[in-house]
Amino acid sequence: MKPLTETEGMTTTADETAANPVVGIDQTKGDFQYKVDYAFDAGTGLTEDTVRYISSVKKEEPWLLDFRLKALKTFREKPMPTHWATKDLENIDFDKIRYYLSQGQKPKRTWDEVPDDIKKTFERLGIPEQERKFLAGVEAQFDSEAAYSNIKDIVAKQGVIFVNSTEGLREHPEIFRKFFSKVIPTGDNKFSALNSAVFSGGSFIYVPKGVKVAQPLQAYFRINAENFGQFERTLIIADEGAEIVYMEGCTAPKFSTSTLHSAVVELVALKGAKIQYITVQNWANNVFNLVTKRGVAHEDAEIKWIDCNIGSRLTMKYPGVVLKGERARGEVLSIALANDGQHQDTGAKMVHAANNTTSNIIAKSISVGQGRSTYRGVVHIPKHLKGCKNNTECDALLINTNSRTDTYPAISVKGDKNATQHEASVSKVSADMIFYMQSRGLTEAQAMSLAVNGFINDLARQFPMEYSVELKRLIDLEMEGSVG
Amino acid sequence: MSQLVIHDLHISIGDKTIVKGFTLTIKQGEVHAIMGPNGTGKSTLAKAIAGHPDYTITSGEVLLDGGSVLAMEPDERARAGLFLAFQYPSEIPGVSIANFLRAAVQARMTEGEELDATGYYKRLYAKMDMLKIDRKFTSRSVNEGFSGGEKKRCEILQMAMLEPKIALMDETDSGLDIDALRIVADGVNAQRKSAAAPGIMLITHYQRLLDYIVPDFVHVMHDGRIVKSGDKSLALELEAKGYDWVKQEFAAANA
Repeated sequence: MKPLTETEGMTTTADETAANPVVGIDQTKGDFQYKVDYAFDAGTGLTEDTVRYISSVKKEEPWLLDFRLKALKTFREKPMPTHWATKDLENIDFDKIRYYLSQGQKPKRTWDEVPDDIKKTFERLGIPEQERKFLAGVEAQFDSEAAYSNIKDIVAKQGVIFVNSTEGLREHPEIFRKFFSKVIPTGDNKFSALNSAVFSGGSFIYVPKGVKVAQPLQAYFRINAENFGQFERTLIIADEGAEIVYMEGCTAPKFSTSTLHSAVVELVALKGAKIQYITVQNWANNVFNLVTKRGVAHEDAEIKWIDCNIGSRLTMKYPGVVLKGERARGEVLSIALANDGQHQDTGAKMVHAANNTTSNIIAKSISVGQGRSTYRGVVHIPKHLKGCKNNTECDALLINTNSRTDTYPAISVKGDKNATQHEASVSKVSADMIFYMQSRGLTEAQAMSLAVNGFINDLARQFPMEYSVELKRLIDLEMEGSVG
Repeated sequence: MSQLVIHDLHISIGDKTIVKGFTLTIKQGEVHAIMGPNGTGKSTLAKAIAGHPDYTITSGEVLLDGGSVLAMEPDERARAGLFLAFQYPSEIPGVSIANFLRAAVQARMTEGEELDATGYYKRLYAKMDMLKIDRKFTSRSVNEGFSGGEKKRCEILQMAMLEPKIALMDETDSGLDIDALRIVADGVNAQRKSAAAPGIMLITHYQRLLDYIVPDFVHVMHDGRIVKSGDKSLALELEAKGYDWVKQEFAAANA
């Protein structure tokens, strides 16, 4: 496997895309692709050579190659979790996936250094220029390497490390190796093992003791090659009393064959630290999005996941918090929208492991047309603990009669010194409600979009401004596409 | 001057014909009261003209300023200048009145036109004051948890903001106590006096509303069509004699 310098027919033709229409879904969003010359390419399929190749391109230390090879073995040994998850997982053809692609570039520091083609892609994604200036640090991931990263002086001056995973492990092993793969061990599940074998890209962030990062750190990423799986790995460590907000946004162009996204995100909030991790994702509707996200909250620490899932063929994602220290707090706010042909299998995991820990889960799902939403939650409070509290709310909104929603809450609270409450509701956007709004001059799509935005409004209000605006725009696009 | 021409309209729900040859012309600035007992097709008429998908117009015509609205979607009819004040307005959880109306106002603007937010709120507050709606309502979800009177005032507020050419008011008086009725009537009367006074089809069971919103014409509906028309004295006559009087007269005329 030699580094390639030529483009390998990566652009999707109009015929190919037309061969995979999903009825009623707007496929135009994110539907564009620019020719990119991939300097490094691991080819398709997954073997030990693929893993060795990735590791050598990244000039990794032997321990990391070892780690990857062991993970590959674990991945092969683990069965697909189809005894509880959807059979659709069996349709992933691991031999047809491209596990590594790189621009062969060093991550960029300034916008001027970013190649024009990539800039064009970002422009199409609508990342406004003033937003770049506004944000303290932007790390945009283009394919498997960060093509562009920019940390504002003020963040660096505070001692905050904000790099990609390759650079993090190479330049700061003393910090990252200690926590890497500790929150989510390789063998946690089949896809965390896969990620551990072939991971590339993703952010590594360390916030020193007592440092409160004033601006959210933001990363945009995007897949831009057919048959290409993206396996980013993110690790965020907030040292004692530190605070950080991290935002991740994804849009992807559509492809004519299925594509796989399988990330691992680990968060560590040490004593009294706060981490907020925000995701608004909008995958193309042929993407399998199988992500493992978990954080460990130490004494008096707080971890909050805000997770919005729009698009993809199948999303399986259950952000979790292990409440390891006393008075630790964990929260998951999740919104999932399943349009025709999509399955959003999302939820949350809260593992209480110390006294007086609290967790809060609010999950809202919207199912449109043939779309399917599943809530899966785990709350675990063992018997020997006291003063633990959990609140779980799941609300589902159905738009038209064919859509389906399921709720599987597994709440195990033992002992009599702990409290939990669980509420669930299912509501429908009725024809009368749509007619009422139409009679005021709103189109059917605008009416549905307004109904959906109303349903998630109390959650969306907790998001940073630009994310709630983006979310609203994505919902508008989805609703436009779902009206015949 | 806009006008709505309804000509020989037949409307059915499923196999059942409800409206059987309704004819009426409403000019801007006029108030036509449509009265009649339950089940004569008054509400069906209003909803069908607004484009409710459950109702089929089997024959006849509805022309707004000379153009047929029958092939138009409900939202196109609304943007063309029709407004339906609902008997039972829907609740829209999570959507504030301010945002809802703003979206409706924006839907009427041409592409590229920007809504003047300051001007919009100024206008909204003025209309709310007129209808004695507390400012707090702007951030409340549309109709959610509203009393009957609040819902109806919210309908009139929307009508005042959207300035339709023709308003179809479906039993706006139902469920209102006398104070609420007066406020709603004041709101409608204020619009009648404005330069952009709409033509109004006022559907009601009771003469009571007509004491406050004095109609230019009164029409009595029976069995899906107008059987008697007159001025506001007809409403008083109905009040005194009851609907049976009209039914008998109609039966005699058709005997």
